[in-house]
Amino acid sequence: MTGVRVLVGTRKGAFVLTADGKREHWEVRGPHFAGWEVYHVAGSAADPDRVYASQSGGWFGQIVQRSDDGGLSWAPVGNEFTYAGVPGTHQWYDGTPHPWEFARVWHLEPSATDPDTVLAGVEDAALFRSSDGGQSWEELRGLREHGSGAHWQPGAGGMCLHTIVVDPRDPARMHVAISAAGVFRSDDGGKSWRPANRGLRSEGIPDGDAEVGHCVHNLALHPSRPDTLYMQKHWDVMRSDDGGEHWYDIGGDLPSDFGFPVDVHAHDPDTVYVVPITSDSEHFPPEGRLRVYRSRTGGHEWEPLTAGLPQEHCYVNVLRDAMAVDSLDDCGVYFGTTGGQVYASSDAGDTWAPIVRDLPAVLSVQVQTLP
Amino acid sequence: MSDTATGVRVKLPTHLRRLARVDGEVTLEVTGTVTQRAVLDALEAAHPVLRGTIRDHATLRRRAFVRFFACEQDLSHDEPDAPLPAPVAAGTEPFLVVGAMAGG
Repeated sequence: MTGVRVLVGTRKGAFVLTADGKREHWEVRGPHFAGWEVYHVAGSAADPDRVYASQSGGWFGQIVQRSDDGGLSWAPVGNEFTYAGVPGTHQWYDGTPHPWEFARVWHLEPSATDPDTVLAGVEDAALFRSSDGGQSWEELRGLREHGSGAHWQPGAGGMCLHTIVVDPRDPARMHVAISAAGVFRSDDGGKSWRPANRGLRSEGIPDGDAEVGHCVHNLALHPSRPDTLYMQKHWDVMRSDDGGEHWYDIGGDLPSDFGFPVDVHAHDPDTVYVVPITSDSEHFPPEGRLRVYRSRTGGHEWEPLTAGLPQEHCYVNVLRDAMAVDSLDDCGVYFGTTGGQVYASSDAGDTWAPIVRDLPAVLSVQVQTLP
Repeated sequence: MSDTATGVRVKLPTHLRRLARVDGEVTLEVTGTVTQRAVLDALEAAHPVLRGTIRDHATLRRRAFVRFFACEQDLSHDEPDAPLPAPVAAGTEPFLVVGAMAGG
């Protein structure tokens, strides 16, 4: 019977939530890696039993864990992320040069076709790849060395490569997003890169429409229309219809266009979800009402989705990697909050219910639709 | 010195014990002078999963929030090749790897 597996990374461990296709009754397993920060847990589309997790902490650094049984058991794999060559410097918060230093893995992106191949987006911003199931990691140095790296500057959360979007038609073509550098595109499997930020405008940088320096929070695409990319930026919800060559604002009637995650309905490339947050200084929903906003028109026109979500006294945030969709016939939508709730909708966002309410702060949510 | 200390005891913090899947102390065979470096080399050889968690992979420098204690002394800032106290080499006192006190 079909089902779903929701992979949740939190400030204090990982959790695996499973249900059958009705998505009414959930089994909750965890915490795995109790006490560690788990920035991301990601399952392989090529082998749903293969799951990778990024486990890290300030004391003992980075661990990458791998499961070959759908998250029931785990084993550590390679944790050596060494920048290629002499990594040089990027900008520090005060504008001085700062040496590239590995801090953690923010995002893992398993290959759609090979369970042993997985990309890792790391802080300080760089892209690594493993082709042996996570045992060893090699930097795709062309990104960091493409020319603008020395001018990248960290966002408040660190200088992290947090988003990796691979074109389902051609895995050699991918986009990554870095805070606070922006979007970069490769058409040759990560060998060479170029900025893809035309049309973005940011008030927090000296040159508002600079080629790099934008605090892009998240990207999403629909596999049936991979030239269309949706973006949640520090401020602004944006869209590109030409693979990131040009971007335009689709924030429309949102109550705030600040936020972190963006995602697309599994079966409709024009149905998009965001979670507006009050502002860059108030990371909680406007008026203390937790609302997912859905556009059925590819942006501009948005409707609040509130059924089952707290509509008073709610001051949680939803982080960039903490929203996901399943691909069952009735598309499920999931998100986790910094208050430890994981909400699920089995009707594309019309109604919501919590799967769990009291986890540690949720850093990431990913969903596997199981055969 | 070329002798081998056969019963050097290392006490790991909970997170690293779980990672290495060990209970209680780890007992190591250490070749040559018993120093921080020699003990950690032997520890990582016995438990490769600990590589990178106590010392940086490349520089082998102690991670900032890791401390080394033994015989009621903080040895964190000692030279890695300095001999450890004789009771550690003799196995009568453990070498403690400690996560520094911090919130969270």
